[in-house]
Amino acid sequence: MTVYAAPGSPDALVTFKPRYEHWIGGEWVKPVKGQYFEDITPVTGKAFAEVGRGTAEDIDAALDAAHKAAPAWGKTSSGERAAVLNKIADVIDANLELLAIAECWDNGKPIREIIGADLPLAADHFRYFAAAIRAQDGDHAQLDHHTVAYQFHEPLGGVGQIIPWNFPILMAVWKLAPALAAGNAIVLKPAEQTPVSILVLIELIGDILPPGVVNIVNGFGVEAGKPLASSPRIRKIAFTGETSTGRLIMQYASANLIPVTLELGGKSPNIFFEDVADHDDAFYDKAQEGFALFAFNQGEVCTAPSRALIHKPIYESFLSTVVERTSKAIQGNPLDTETQVGAQASNDQLEKILSYIDIGKQEGATIALGGERADLGGEFAEGYYVQPTIFEGHNKMRLFQEEIFGPVVAVTSFDDYDDAISIANDTLYGLGAGVWSRNGNVAYRAGRDIQAGRVWVNNYHAYPAGASFGGYKSSGIGRENNKLALDHYQQTKNMLVSYDENKLGFF
Amino acid sequence: MIEATVEIPGETKARVALTAESVDLLRKLWEANGPLMFHQSGGCCDGSSPMCYPEGDFITSDNDILLGVLDIAYDQGSKPINFWMSREQFEYWSHTFLTVDVVKGRGSGFSLEAPEGLRFMIRSTLMEDAKPFS
Repeated sequence: MTVYAAPGSPDALVTFKPRYEHWIGGEWVKPVKGQYFEDITPVTGKAFAEVGRGTAEDIDAALDAAHKAAPAWGKTSSGERAAVLNKIADVIDANLELLAIAECWDNGKPIREIIGADLPLAADHFRYFAAAIRAQDGDHAQLDHHTVAYQFHEPLGGVGQIIPWNFPILMAVWKLAPALAAGNAIVLKPAEQTPVSILVLIELIGDILPPGVVNIVNGFGVEAGKPLASSPRIRKIAFTGETSTGRLIMQYASANLIPVTLELGGKSPNIFFEDVADHDDAFYDKAQEGFALFAFNQGEVCTAPSRALIHKPIYESFLSTVVERTSKAIQGNPLDTETQVGAQASNDQLEKILSYIDIGKQEGATIALGGERADLGGEFAEGYYVQPTIFEGHNKMRLFQEEIFGPVVAVTSFDDYDDAISIANDTLYGLGAGVWSRNGNVAYRAGRDIQAGRVWVNNYHAYPAGASFGGYKSSGIGRENNKLALDHYQQTKNMLVSYDENKLGFF
Repeated sequence: MIEATVEIPGETKARVALTAESVDLLRKLWEANGPLMFHQSGGCCDGSSPMCYPEGDFITSDNDILLGVLDIAYDQGSKPINFWMSREQFEYWSHTFLTVDVVKGRGSGFSLEAPEGLRFMIRSTLMEDAKPFS
């Protein structure tokens, strides 16, 4: 067990700068308007650094830098770019604790998860795309004896990326790695809730990248995100967030006729068929853990298994077992490696979760566990902590239909296979899903029948590089986390070549 | 507290209201940005919150439903704010009355209030005469 010292205390491994500026053209640049905002740690609810409050002027400066860097970067060989990505991965590996503390303090998530998952995944993600770009071939077709069509992959140029706050570093890496591998220059806007940890990463990797290839402008959505998303100077925009902003970004993109990728959340069903309880063995234990994973990352995951569907014959027994199990989740200081549930990322997030617990009660859902703000006392008394909460109800309740983005699961039962699939698909979203069964045929059929981009079968919340990730229905457009993402950052150049000495004969 | 007009054909009761704090903030935002609109968001991160945009910035369609119009003018004239939601989302929300409140917060998509250190948030109550889950 380790409890890392809080940043700012004498033994801390991380000392934040009092003020962070934008990262533009390979150097720190003051915001044009000279304004800053405070970054608040959800661990204690206190401000710990000032961050540049970017505006359209800063976005333009970042786009200038990106456009300056893009032509040369886009012409580097895939081997050179892969070497850069691999170096970045090595730096992440070598600075695991430092980055983890920064991420923990910025976001509030348990450090155990950052060290065990977020950062190793981030490093591996860079390595995956380093490999993917080297392995990517162009294409050609001999159309007739004299004519050959060659297809080349070319970078788009300068692209925009808007990052969410739930995995500030990892979600940035999901977007950065394929865009860099494909040879683009990037203007990235982190979430205003978690603006600093990505800058701590840039402090470490900034000199590996040519100036202007990655530019980071912080600020509020309306002041910095909107000018980026609506700029006619980007060749593509990628966004992870919610549906109204997703639609708005598509509207801006339509004005500029540029492509968009969107990841907009979900309300993922986690289905437990009765045979999971056939034996009280390691697999049953795994399935129970699969249920409790709703509280992973405090529920702040787009794919959180926030609807648990339990087969009627095992409903009572399974539910009582998993309630008991979830009740043992350790909530506490996020810097303690024993902590399993940390703080919600912001005050408004806390308030929103509590408002959903309220509407759930009004709708007649019953609470099997939790249901309150958690007061950890002492220095954490003003942090944003919510007890892991289990509700029982039915799928038409708003609790079952809206993404709460907190450690709250809504549980219901199903009669048979068809009922399970019908409930699972009765949602606006289609990002993730879980299926638990000892019967491979049932698990396979369910996996195919559920309308979602990612179905975990007999596991949940794994995000290995290589497994494509993206949404059906209102959950978005495009795929990340797989070589498919390269296509979202590349143009196709078709060069149609005639090797015929003779004229066409038309004129 | 300001209640919205009734806009859905066949209905007689308001579906949306503003708390006093919301009205104050909206008046300030109107002053700075001109006419305003709301679109209720769904999905992750900053989702499930009402997003406040300059009127017309967000293009609504036949697939959105106007839940009501909120007039935030002091005594004379009118400052109407349309409150929209996508039709598919309304299918799941129709039995609840929505009150737009304000909390301290950070970040809300491209919603106009974020730089104020505040966020609009929905508080929901069951509508007495609504038939939920029918």
